[in-house]
Amino acid sequence: MRVHVDQDRCCGSGMCVLSAPSVFDQRDEDGIVVLLDPEPPAEVLADVRDAVAGCPALAIELAGDEERAE
Amino acid sequence: MPATGSPTPLLDVPAARGGCPFDPPPAYGQARHEHPVARVRLWDGTESWMLTRHEDIRTVLRDRRFSADARRAGFPFLTEGRKALTTDHPTFIRMDDPEHARLRRMLTADFMIRKVETLRPQVERLAGELLDAMTEGRHEADLVAEFALPLPSVVICVLLGVPYSEHAFFQRCSSTMLRSDASPQEVTGAQKELLDFLAELARAKRADPDDGILSRLAQEGELDDDEIASMGRLLLVAGHETTANMTALSVAALLQNPRELARMRAAGPQETEAAVEELLRYLSVVQGGVARVATEDVEVGGTLIRAGEGVLCMLNEANRDEDAFPGADELDLARPGSRRHLAFGFGVHQCLGQPLARLELRVAIPALLRRLPGLRLAVPFEELPFRHDMLVYGVHRLPVAW
Repeated sequence: MRVHVDQDRCCGSGMCVLSAPSVFDQRDEDGIVVLLDPEPPAEVLADVRDAVAGCPALAIELAGDEERAE
Repeated sequence: MPATGSPTPLLDVPAARGGCPFDPPPAYGQARHEHPVARVRLWDGTESWMLTRHEDIRTVLRDRRFSADARRAGFPFLTEGRKALTTDHPTFIRMDDPEHARLRRMLTADFMIRKVETLRPQVERLAGELLDAMTEGRHEADLVAEFALPLPSVVICVLLGVPYSEHAFFQRCSSTMLRSDASPQEVTGAQKELLDFLAELARAKRADPDDGILSRLAQEGELDDDEIASMGRLLLVAGHETTANMTALSVAALLQNPRELARMRAAGPQETEAAVEELLRYLSVVQGGVARVATEDVEVGGTLIRAGEGVLCMLNEANRDEDAFPGADELDLARPGSRRHLAFGFGVHQCLGQPLARLELRVAIPALLRRLPGLRLAVPFEELPFRHDMLVYGVHRLPVAW
């Protein structure tokens, strides 16, 4: 799986950091999403799906994921 | 359910709560089952759509075709005072992107999880001091006045750089602004008093800067004193009313649910985090509904909402949707997935201060229960003054004994 984030759409809620802290972080200066791991291991797939579903700004995409969380 | 058009309004909103003071109005639950996209009538006779399903509300609040701009025709206002308040000096919560994003991003760093977590020792110390003062030589107190309200009030004052010594003044202003039956004159008057005070403070910070948010905004120079005051007003009101009521209402709910109270007392850090999410879901203190207006024709849950029509998203009812939370009407601190609640709203306007609210609740509730093993209500439950008259639900007072 491959994760994409859109920093322009991001509203800095930090929901993704709560869901998958090994994959997402927030920039110090404005809290906007930072992608730590664009190709995370399978064991965090459920957490990343959780982050996609929970992102209030629709700023996270998960490519190559058959079972969409939405 | 009609697919389009404007059928007869189903009910007047806000509707009254029923027998259990922790549950949303029964009419909203009935609407969710029978008319999840319902036509409703507001105080001034205008009509709006009302959404009650978790999935529909998530969809609408993330859809940029629904505007948060209260100046747009068709925007639904819950009360007359609310109308006066939201159209006078609108803050970024009543704007759409890109303007909303530009202003919000001036504050996102202050409330991000990592930053907020550094406040934990301060919040823990403050909780301890408030409990010391409350319990010294006494066995009874109003938990709202002595603990639940001052804790978030002091924290937001420190963050903003507002002197806490003025708390009686801004608590009075904010409670007028949040009273459902306040007249337009009352709310705009209270808002003006608060804005004048904050603009004066911003002016003072330009000359004599400190570590607070108001000072930083003044130094950055992107906003004028009135704009800084508006932003400060939003943070000050949102920063203490919501968490204060969540804290007190949580304690009331736990005291009524001995099994959950025992679980809360036994919880470790991880269980505490989950328990707080469940309390946020179950209690959902923002009552009345998050308002939007459609800017295009959009189909929601099989019903066509036309451009210019208002939508009210009932967060408290969505958090009781069994499709999202099986057994939703039960408080279950160990519930898996309670974090999917909408108590902080959803979409790009979702609560900016939620990491701070979470920290305060995770500190305050366990600190109180640890300190007072014999905590109980000092009046019969039926006599608790629930805040039916306020935009943020809770209890006006919570007399407790130990």
